[in-house]
Parts: sequence; C-alpha cells; structure tokens
Amino acid sequence: MHYAIIKAGESPSFPDGDPFLAAGVAVSQAEAVIYLAGAKLAHNDAKSVVLVELGNESLGEHTGELLGEEGSNVVGFARYRNGLDAPSSLVELVVQSRTPQDAVAAARSIFEAAGLVVAICTDQAGRIVDRLVRPKYNAALRLLDEGLAIQKDIDLTCRLGLGYPDGPIERAVRGGLVHHHDITKALFETYGTPGYAPARRAVVAARRRES
Amino acid sequence: MGAGIAIVAARGGFNTISYDRSQEALERSHNATIAFFEKSVERGKMTPGERGRTVKAMRSTTDLDVLGECDLIIEAVFEELSVKRDLLRALDAVCEPRTIFASNTSTLSITEIAAGSKRPHKVVGMHFCLPAQLMKLIEMSPGLLTSEETFQSAWQWTLACGQIPVKTQDKPGFILNALLVPFNNDAIRAVEAGVASAADIDKALKTALGYKMGPLELIDLIGLDTQVRLSEAFYPITLDGRAAAPPLLRRMVAAGLLGRKSGQGFFRYEGEAMFGA
Ligand SMILES: NC(=O)c1ccc[n+]([C@@H]2O[C@H](COP(=O)([O-])OP(=O)(O)OC[C@H]3O[C@@H](n4cnc5c(N)ncnc54)[C@H](O)[C@@H]3O)[C@@H](O)[C@H]2O)c1
Repeated sequence: MHYAIIKAGESPSFPDGDPFLAAGVAVSQAEAVIYLAGAKLAHNDAKSVVLVELGNESLGEHTGELLGEEGSNVVGFARYRNGLDAPSSLVELVVQSRTPQDAVAAARSIFEAAGLVVAICTDQAGRIVDRLVRPKYNAALRLLDEGLAIQKDIDLTCRLGLGYPDGPIERAVRGGLVHHHDITKALFETYGTPGYAPARRAVVAARRRES
Repeated sequence: MGAGIAIVAARGGFNTISYDRSQEALERSHNATIAFFEKSVERGKMTPGERGRTVKAMRSTTDLDVLGECDLIIEAVFEELSVKRDLLRALDAVCEPRTIFASNTSTLSITEIAAGSKRPHKVVGMHFCLPAQLMKLIEMSPGLLTSEETFQSAWQWTLACGQIPVKTQDKPGFILNALLVPFNNDAIRAVEAGVASAADIDKALKTALGYKMGPLELIDLIGLDTQVRLSEAFYPITLDGRAAAPPLLRRMVAAGLLGRKSGQGFFRYEGEAMFGA
C-alpha cells in the first residue's frame, strides 16, 4: 500500500535515514497518510487510513472525543522505543471504539509490509508496554533504595529467573532515567496509582536535568 | 520441587537423601529423576559414568531419623508456616547442632519459619526456581537471626553445586516474586480494562522487550489459582495494590479457567498446542 509521509521533525518511530521514510510517495498518489513527530493532522476521508504518531498523549487529543462514540479512519501508532535504545520492531496501533475495521487492516498492512509486528490497543495512557513495564521499573528502583539487593543481583535475578534479555534497572538506566521519569509521571497524572509515581532515582535524574 | 533440588545436590557431588512423608511421592520423584538423567546422558550433558555416580549418591526415606547425619537440610514441603515450623521443630530433635536448615519458601518469611526452630541462627532462605534441576538461580536470604557463618556455608554450597546465588533480604517475594506477581496482575488488569487482547498484550511485550514468554501465557503455565494464592500471600503484608488479585483473575478461577492444566486460561490448550495466541 502506498503511503505519504508528513513530518514536523525527527520521528522517534522512524528516525532520519529509516528506509520506511524513503518509501513514502506524494499525498495525491497515496492510499494512506502518515503524520510523524507532531505534524498537524488534517482529516482526509478519501484515504484508507490516516496514521498519527503518538508520544505520551492519547489519540483523542488529535481527533477530539465523543464520550465513547469516537472513531474515524484516523488511527494512532507508536513504534515502541525504550528511550535512547533503537526502536523495537513493535508497533502499538491505537484505535477508538468506532474505528472502522478496514482502516485498522490498512494500518496493519503498512507496518507488517515494513517487517514490523503490530499489536492493537485502545486509546489508554501508556498503551500496552509502558502501562505494564513502568510500574515494574519503579518497583525495582524502590527495592534498590530499600536495600533488598544490589542492582546487579536484581537484574541478574530477572535474567536468570525469567529469561529476560536484560533486567529492569539496567534497562531503565540504558533507556534514560529521565525518559523513564517523564513517561511514568504522565501515567501517574492519569491513573494516580502509587505504582506509577516516579521512583526517587528517576526524580533525581529529572531534577539534575533541570539544574 | 524437592526432587529437582535433590538432583542439583547429587549432581554437585553431595550425598543426598530425599525425605517425604509420602512413599508414593518419593517413588514419583525417583522415576522422574531417572528419566531426567536418561535425557541428560542422551543430550551429552552428563556421561554414563557421572550418571552412575550421581544416582548412587541419592537415597530416599520416609523416616525422619535418617536425616540425623545431614550437614544441610533443604525443606520444600507445603507452603504453610505451621507445616514448615513443625518440620524444623522435629528436625531439631534429630539433627546435630551443626546442621543448617534451608527453606525453599516462595512467600513466607525466613525469620518466621526459623522461629519454629531452636536454632534460628542456623536457618537460611534458599529459593530455587522451577524446574530446579535446570534453573541456575538461587535467591539466598538470611533471616533476622541467621549467623554470617550459616549464610556463608549455605552460599558456598550453592556455588559447589554450580548454581548462581544472589543475596536478598528476607522480604515478601524476595526479588523475583516481588517484581513478578504485581507485574502479572497488572497484565490481567490490562485485559480487564480492555487495553488489548491477551494475545496482543503478550505479543507486544515479547516483541518490545525480548521476553521469551508473555505474562498471560506465563500465568496460564503457573496456574491462575496459584496466581491468586501468590497475590493473597503478598497483598495482606505489603498492601501494594498491584499485588492484590484482580477481579478478573478470581472470576476465571471460579469458572474453572485455571490455565494450561485445565485446558483454558487466557489461551486455550489441546495437548501441547496453544490457541488464541
Ligand atoms: N512450585 C514452584 O514453582 C515453587 C518454586 C519455588 C519454590 N517453591 C516452594 O517449594 C515448596 C514446595 O512446593 P511444591 O510446589 O514442590 O509443593 P508440592 O505440594 O508439590 O510438594 C510438597 C511435598 O512435600 C511433602 N510434604 C508435605 N509436608 C511434609 C512434611 N511435614 N514432611 C515431609 N514431607 C512433607 C508432600 O508429600 C509433597 O510431596 C513450597 O515452599 C513452595 O513455596 C515452589
């Protein structure tokens, strides 16, 4: 499927030089339009799908919302990226309750053709991955503060005991504690549950950035 | 679990006695052990000579008195404080003062278990991972009264068996379950909140993070009833809301959807095949 790309800066999902960008065509020739890096969305009902790259925000911020009745050919997406790490091959596709199935199918086919793996989720803060991993990174950082074990052993336990390629602390640190802070703070504002409250070490990192 | 630990000990070159109240359980373990060694030799992990020596080092008994000669006793009996305390009390009477008692508990406090013994300084936490004969990790935790000497002896023993010990405090869930049980509950809550299907949640985590298994497939393997029991063990002590059993988990257990063992949990199973993922 031919797609056109409209971008306002460097996209976290598809950094400059990514072959996905080079395959874009002119809007007039495309069946899909992809807005990257905060480029302002223009609705276009003539296209199979209009894709909007999301950061920490909801798709509803771009489309407007109708108390559960929202949904159009505009589909949100983000390629999962642990901060400074290279983007993973996961694309989280964000749909609304009335998003037509053919728009979802068109979005899926674009990303799968690029060799990416698609998971579909509803428009909730943190989508799938950040919603689930950020509380775990906070917990691991708190357990470290509380002296449960040393960092090396917390990470080693997760690698050996659960077969993870890397432990939660090394992963959060490698991706950037500031990055972790910003995501988990945004989630905490939405959900308000203690698991999302930024762990002290993440707060320290964020404050040092500011000073 | 006890059978796997016995394999680790015997493979490490230690004379090993398996004790169980149930003769049937011992026989089951013995057969599983012989089959495991058979595979180990087939796969070149062990020579036939090593197998012979290891099997020779292993005995089993339903007579507690036989344990009197042991330097180290690792208990993996039912996960109930009173059962574990009663066992340590009985062992006190049988064992030499030098004998170290280790507990493989997943959810109980080492200090609380040690309170059943007259030698709390000789009691240490030694949490293996299932299946113990294949997993290298052991979470080692001293109770409040465990002596440094006891901890070091137990630590050296795990190294002599070729295991990889990590030191953790005597806190609920140690490291592994303290992180895993709330994470798994969060995954169930995400299904319940309609964030995504179980299949898409697992797919997302495996693809983004390189996990070998998604959390919902893992819960199906552990058993949903076990996940409830783990949650019920931790939540009342930690009051961490993430550790509390999600309502969907309880509904599924009530409906008999226990995971792999019942043929359906978050996914459906027929023999080895898995559906819905
Ligand atoms: N299953 C796991 O994944 C796992 C992982 C790590 C630790 N553990 C811990 O290992 C221990 C055992 O778990 P399991 O899953 O093997 O349980 P299990 O119920 O399968 O086995 C327990 C065995 O202990 C025997 N037993 C019970 N009371 C006894 C007593 N007083 N004296 C002698 N034998 C007795 C039973 O006959 C049974 O064979 C628990 O403390 C559990 O928390 C289990």
